[in-house]
Amino acid sequence: MRTTSRITATAVAAAVGMSALAACGASGGGSAGAKTVTLVSHDSFNVSKSVLAAFEKESGYKVRILKGGDAGKAVNQAILSKGNPQGDVFFGIDNTLLSRGLHEGLFTPYRAKGLDKVPAALQLDKGEHRVTPLDYGDICVNYDRGYFARHKIAPPKSFDDLLEPRYKGLLVTENSATSSPGLAFQLGTIAKYGQDGWQGYWKKLKANGVEVVDGWEQAYNDRFSGSAAGKGKGDKPLVVSYASSPPAEVLGKKPAPEEAPTGVAAGTCFRQIEFGGLLKGAKNEKGGKALLDFLVSRKFQEDVPLQMFVNPAREDAKVPQLFTKYGTTIDKPTTLPPETITKNREQWIKQWSSLVLK
Amino acid sequence: MVLARSEVARSRRPGPVRGTAVRLGLMAVPLAFFALFFAYPVVAIVGRGLKDGGQWQLGRFGAVLSDPDIVHVLWFTVWQAAASTGLTLLIALPGAYVFARFDFPGKQLLRAVVAVPFVLPTVVVGSAFLALVGRGGLLDELWGVRLDTSVWAILLAHVFFNYAVVVRTVGGLWAQLDPRQEEAARMLGAGRFAAWRRVTLPALGPAVAAAALMVFLFTFTSFGAVQILGGPTFATLEVEIYRQTAEFLDLPTAAVLTLVQFAAVLGVLALHAWTVRRRETALRLVPASQTAHRPRGRGQWTLLWGTLAVITLLLLVPLAVLVERSFAGPHGYGAGFYTSLRSAATADSTFAVAPLDALWNSLAYGAAATAIALVVGGLAAAALTLPRLRRGPMGRTAWISRFVRGFDALLMLPLGVSAVTVGFGFLISLDAPPLDLRASWWLVPLAQALVGVPFVVRTMLPVLRAVDGRLREAAAVLGASPWRVWREVDLPMVRRALLIAAGFAFAVSLGEFGATVFIARPDQPTLPVAVARLLGRAGELNYGQAMALSTILMVVCAAALLVLERLRPLDHSGEF
Repeated sequence: MRTTSRITATAVAAAVGMSALAACGASGGGSAGAKTVTLVSHDSFNVSKSVLAAFEKESGYKVRILKGGDAGKAVNQAILSKGNPQGDVFFGIDNTLLSRGLHEGLFTPYRAKGLDKVPAALQLDKGEHRVTPLDYGDICVNYDRGYFARHKIAPPKSFDDLLEPRYKGLLVTENSATSSPGLAFQLGTIAKYGQDGWQGYWKKLKANGVEVVDGWEQAYNDRFSGSAAGKGKGDKPLVVSYASSPPAEVLGKKPAPEEAPTGVAAGTCFRQIEFGGLLKGAKNEKGGKALLDFLVSRKFQEDVPLQMFVNPAREDAKVPQLFTKYGTTIDKPTTLPPETITKNREQWIKQWSSLVLK
Repeated sequence: MVLARSEVARSRRPGPVRGTAVRLGLMAVPLAFFALFFAYPVVAIVGRGLKDGGQWQLGRFGAVLSDPDIVHVLWFTVWQAAASTGLTLLIALPGAYVFARFDFPGKQLLRAVVAVPFVLPTVVVGSAFLALVGRGGLLDELWGVRLDTSVWAILLAHVFFNYAVVVRTVGGLWAQLDPRQEEAARMLGAGRFAAWRRVTLPALGPAVAAAALMVFLFTFTSFGAVQILGGPTFATLEVEIYRQTAEFLDLPTAAVLTLVQFAAVLGVLALHAWTVRRRETALRLVPASQTAHRPRGRGQWTLLWGTLAVITLLLLVPLAVLVERSFAGPHGYGAGFYTSLRSAATADSTFAVAPLDALWNSLAYGAAATAIALVVGGLAAAALTLPRLRRGPMGRTAWISRFVRGFDALLMLPLGVSAVTVGFGFLISLDAPPLDLRASWWLVPLAQALVGVPFVVRTMLPVLRAVDGRLREAAAVLGASPWRVWREVDLPMVRRALLIAAGFAFAVSLGEFGATVFIARPDQPTLPVAVARLLGRAGELNYGQAMALSTILMVVCAAALLVLERLRPLDHSGEF
């Protein structure tokens, strides 16, 4: 009995000691002084350590980053904590959620330095500068080059193409209600066929055997035949994903191939623009402004592609070779005004669900 | 146990008032913990949904609950949970018996391994499970059997996840039941089955009920498994709450659904409390090592091999698929993804997670969460097992026992409330000093402990309750203080349960994803969070690294559980 109680005591002591140690190790991050500036974002936010360190050294601020789940969840989190925000700057509210955030009054206007280098098409809040465009990416149908070469069929190029009999049963997409690429693809069809026509398009798409899964991971990794991660076991050569997915397929491949194993149907793209803004009620407004300037700076913007797999908002930012060589430039993406999206979002998702899932 | 004479001399019997005081004292810490970190945040977020300009909008219940889509979700949630629970018991109870009563080589390792699925993040497991029953999966290639996007895939995945709950909860007690009681019954002429039904089954009742209840709760609130394997056509209440909150920010609807889920969970808990009260008996417990033996006869060998086959097919194969994928590089098998993880540690990105860092974060959070869960859950379990209060002449203690029963149920509630509700609740309620914990390191272990406490309580209660109350009374009559009674009578008997509880709480913390991803800081990701980040990106490298990290998580979980198996003393003589 004595031995066993000693073992128990040791185990308990070890657990307590470990947690105490851990607490010590972490206590530094808990204090948010004036010298700390806090960035609130979603899970996909990334930045090179060296780029961040350079900002910290130059500005004298220490950057703390808080992530709150996927993009939608992070925005809703910011809305719920409005007035008493978790941090100073929010990164990653996109055009599908933008007007909800603006309507809630999340942001304090600030015109970031370097904004003049951002093309006007991306500046959706140009008059008031409550938010600043920071990056953009396109959601498009990706295709498996190998499959279409083997079957001697040309891959689809546009939304209309997807209705053709030769592409019957080849496309897998995501649930609009639970996946942001899924929703973006639906919004793309609404932009293309209008509020009166999109449901008719989806009826035909359904008749042509489109399959819906809940999340991007399942669609891309498990079902898409062009995904290297799926080892060619996927049975769908067409998938709704990102225009940057083909470069990602090349990442880490040695030797680098001539072209990416997958391609993008350029006529099926919907453009997502991500914005950042100074949160209303920020405890460190000065630091927040400096951080926003940094996010628009060339240094950060040129870091964006390989960290987050989206395009920089600045037109003078250099894009890495991985993107220029294996990526596709989308000239005419579809898009919708943020207000229209916010106004109809829920209703569209419901209509889509009863049309496609039932 | 021999008490010193001087202690006997000081003996005084504790009065009922003191008993109540002790009980309330023990309950104070768990109550405060739950009030602050569970009730307050959940009430805050539900209140925000149901209040409009200071007015309660109760009319929303009718509107939400008459929506045919919601009714369909409710119906599906209930029946798939019931079916999953039945199937899990059917498949896992023989396993519980095999682990409790048979000795075979590798038993400890296997017992640790079967608990691993339970604590792995669902994103990872779902993907591995698809490789077994999905298209192009193992069963598809062998026999053309495909179960993806059917209810069967969901049910089997639920068995996969919850097998260990039954094996551990039921098996833990079964191993300590004295087989001589059953043998005595058979000697007196009862058939093998009758003896089992009359002697063993009633003794196991509370543990089976506890296990069934846990499985029902997990499957009732299932999120990841349903999402991945069921496709978009099947949704549970939990999925719907998530959608309404995180996607639409429709707090009123989410609040109504949260309360519905609350009511359902409370109903289940009440049922459970009732079963346990009916079945409660003082059991004769013996060391597990005395009850297990090598299988004898053809029947027992068949049972053992059958159980091993089920475990292999249903649990080990999906796990093996994970490992296989982590080694399957573009140019054949190799440790490429693992070495790339190490180089990721030095890569210039806040995204790149050094696996050792993520591992250390996971262990530190898990240890802190386990310590909290053990203290809170241990005190709660102790409070719940103090000798039953006798009704006073004025019915004075009635409210107390009712209060205690309510407390019992309260401890289970975190399992029935969605992570997104708790997470958003934390956000809007713990946002002002002195409790501005939104960016604190402690938020993660606190949230994980919320989920760990029910495990501690559920694992310890059946054993604590089975302690013969007369032993405690005898000790008390002889003058032992309540603390001393607990230390000398209860503790030695529940040490094993305590260790199992600690193991569960720790493993649950390691694998916890829903709450952690919400609040973990990016510079301190846990293993599951790091895995999810990698899985969310295209490309073979990211996917391979996710599988490699998952394998590491799996090995760490198995190792943690194995260590606890080892901590269990081998020589029991004199302990019980």
